[in-house]
Amino acid sequence: MARLIRRYDDGTRINHWVVALLFLGAGLSGLALFHPLFWPFTGLFGGGQWTRILHPFIGLAMVIGFVVLFFQVVRDNFWNRGDTEWLRRSPRLVGAGREDELPPVAKYNAGQKGVFWLFTLCLLVLLVSGFFFWEPWFASAVPILVRRIAVVLHAIAGFLLVLGVIIHVYAAIWVKGSMRAMTRGTVTPAWARRHHPLWYREVSGRPAGDAPER
Amino acid sequence: MSTLQSLDIAARSATTVQPPVARRNVTEVAKLIDVSSCIGCKACQVACMQWNDLRDEVGTNVGQYDNPSDLTPQSWTVMRFAEVQMKQPDESTRLEWLIRKDGCMHCEDPGCLKACPAPGAIVKYSNGIVDFISENCIGCGYCITGCPFDIPRISAVDNRAYKCSLCSDRVAVGMEPACAKVCPTGAIRFGSKDDMLEFGAGRVAELNERGYANAAVYDPPGVGGTHVVYVLQHGDQPGLYNDLPADPTISPLVSLWKGAAKPLAVAGIIGAAIAGFFHYMKVGPIEADEDDGEAPPDARRRNAGNPGGDRDTPRGG
Repeated sequence: MARLIRRYDDGTRINHWVVALLFLGAGLSGLALFHPLFWPFTGLFGGGQWTRILHPFIGLAMVIGFVVLFFQVVRDNFWNRGDTEWLRRSPRLVGAGREDELPPVAKYNAGQKGVFWLFTLCLLVLLVSGFFFWEPWFASAVPILVRRIAVVLHAIAGFLLVLGVIIHVYAAIWVKGSMRAMTRGTVTPAWARRHHPLWYREVSGRPAGDAPER
Repeated sequence: MSTLQSLDIAARSATTVQPPVARRNVTEVAKLIDVSSCIGCKACQVACMQWNDLRDEVGTNVGQYDNPSDLTPQSWTVMRFAEVQMKQPDESTRLEWLIRKDGCMHCEDPGCLKACPAPGAIVKYSNGIVDFISENCIGCGYCITGCPFDIPRISAVDNRAYKCSLCSDRVAVGMEPACAKVCPTGAIRFGSKDDMLEFGAGRVAELNERGYANAAVYDPPGVGGTHVVYVLQHGDQPGLYNDLPADPTISPLVSLWKGAAKPLAVAGIIGAAIAGFFHYMKVGPIEADEDDGEAPPDARRRNAGNPGGDRDTPRGG
């Protein structure tokens, strides 16, 4: 195997998994409070009262972790014209696996950038709206109408975040060789050439070949 | 209060199936509060404290007769005093003291129960009483978000929500609520809802004769009617009675949050996971050929044109 390419340093990886585990806690406890189908998840947290107590703290810790992650990866997530074109042609990739028909990608493709900004927006809404009905610390100071708006926004943002995470996790399973970027921090040169040719050129100093040009 | 009671449960919070309803010939009850007969003595508040073993903190005088000044986890009913200047037919005004006994209205369609995420923490009995089963309460405050009347209060001591139980423990054994028993003027009555509405209609007719042309029974249809009904001298202006809502309903935001959003979101989440599974089975994984960097361009093209083609090739771990 050719020499591996470093994609994430230790700090970014550790932080990513801290946020991921906190998401698991906040997500499961949040779903338990959202729909009775998920109520059994309260057992994981020591019952209903404990779920209610822990959920906001886990969520807050997740947001704090994400803020760090945000600044670790945001510079590679700014949208450009190529991303719009990539997104326009992405049905060929999703529907038929034809990645070769899409414009060449730098460190992140438009789908990855979309997920990043979706996470950012959702967590911002979850953070702000969550304070408005956080019992027993803040809710009593908030007018009931504001609390009603907040719970709806919190539910919508939580739903979109869960959907985004499902897409995020599935993409990592779908595109083979991606998972090791976050578990070991490295990817193979072939993976980089195929999925992120512009980034490959940047980190290796070599052109990525003709694969993505057509 | 407690699940150890003999009243049948018609609706249960955070429960998506029908609770047992085999015994359905239960008379719906109601408490009638005739505001026009109330003298503001607060005997009902005392009786409520006594029967329910509640002792609120001694508060401070805030310049009005209301004592305490609001509902609390230890004060499940409060007399709210309103001094209003009512315009008379001859254009003069007359001071009226409108005293409304505030507390849970026991809605037929309870917003608290709809909002509650804890299974069985809020129940509606088949006789119409809405009760908090405190040992199941998780202290999230969603009942406050759902209530159209701003009634439930969360205790800072045990993080559980409290409100009037309509003395469900007394009613279960054939007694009337403590407040109704103690009321010295008969302003608070208790019986079947039909009887209370009939009595209320009689009181409205009497008030009409005495010059209160707009007297009415307050049994708001927006929440399916209530099991606490008022007789109001000025039934056309419920807002005079310390902001009693004119047309209370469960907020559309709460209906969205606890109605359509729940099944749709669950379907969306589970659907996304299932869609991912089948997408993998149909389209298959995307794999980068370890050799493609060294291979001639035309070979790579063939490979790219047949993305699933290399799946049959045995690959090392």
